[in-house]
Amino acid sequence: MKRLTLAASAALALAVSTPNVGAQATEYVIDTKGAHAFVQFRVKHLGYSWLYGRFNTFDGAFNYDAANPEASKINVTIDTASVDSNHAERDKHLRNEDFLDVSKYPKATFVSTGVKVNGDGTAHVMGDFTLHGVTKPITIDVSKMGEGKDPWGGYRAGFEGSTTITMADYGMTFNLGPASTQAEIMLTLEGIRK
Amino acid sequence: MNKPVVLDHPVKSKDINPWRNSDARWGRMAVGLHWGMAVVIVGLFGLGLWMTSLSYYDPWYKQGPNLHKSIGVVLFVVLVLRLMWRWLDNTPASLDNHANWERKAGHIVHGLLYGGLFAVMISGYLISTADGRAISVFGLFEIPATLSGVEKQEDIAGVIHLWLAVGLMSVAAGHALAALKHHFVDKDRTLRRMLGWP
Repeated sequence: MKRLTLAASAALALAVSTPNVGAQATEYVIDTKGAHAFVQFRVKHLGYSWLYGRFNTFDGAFNYDAANPEASKINVTIDTASVDSNHAERDKHLRNEDFLDVSKYPKATFVSTGVKVNGDGTAHVMGDFTLHGVTKPITIDVSKMGEGKDPWGGYRAGFEGSTTITMADYGMTFNLGPASTQAEIMLTLEGIRK
Repeated sequence: MNKPVVLDHPVKSKDINPWRNSDARWGRMAVGLHWGMAVVIVGLFGLGLWMTSLSYYDPWYKQGPNLHKSIGVVLFVVLVLRLMWRWLDNTPASLDNHANWERKAGHIVHGLLYGGLFAVMISGYLISTADGRAISVFGLFEIPATLSGVEKQEDIAGVIHLWLAVGLMSVAAGHALAALKHHFVDKDRTLRRMLGWP
């Protein structure tokens, strides 16, 4: 009886002192240093083709635990002036008041508010997206690519996701034509476990 | 018109090549370059402001900038030729009634106009070539990029290009007002001799 009590209290002590592995999501920092993360977008050009661009400077972090993916969280902050569509004159235009107005709105942010896991390994990540000074709830369709040890002693997890926004919803009303009112945002994010 | 102005530098016209400058007046070449460039420069300023305000589906959305850049490159060449001509040919002497401060102010303003033109042209060139792309001149030939890839080059060069152009227009307006002052207030030949009039 005494030994049983001892074992029980030891187990209790262990349970209190050690974080519950199942419930505690693991923290990752997005690997922008090594550029294993990309924030890209595409907009239809005249309805005839896609124009691709990306934001070269951003950072962020996420919490993720495969055992409890619905507890995951993510936040990303994008430096809007780092927009790069591989054409200096166009980038200059994208930065001015017709589009991103980067001197007035230097940051775009996404902060997750919830995660809904689908059965097939994908998930919906809901959150608030702030762009051009306007904050709106959006849902990003995310799929996990993989996780595991890297060859250099670290541990990584990677996801990709996409969402489509209507530019006018964020106060960007420059008329690019009827086929080009929306932008698809594509994320590929690799995190390094802290 | 005003009554005929008394010539303070009598011109013996038969001795003088009308294309060359004399001590008393500017020759046809200098007069043509001055007024031709004046029209083109003011036109490029207007075109620049107008073309950046166009909507995406405007037919001039692409043509405007192409024309602006092409004419700008040609203007650069003409400016270099003009300065060479100015250096090779005589420069008419200042009129006797010009005060010392007027001569000095005139030299400073002329320097600002020439220097400002070069600065506006170079900053414009640095916008379009910021990513290493060449500038096509009327689709005939290309001016390659030299300095490119500087962080935010197109934005910095863009701000400089706009405000230098505004500054250049202000100096040019002062230059024009000064010429009108000489003509209507001082009633001297300063403007007349740049119009090729005797």
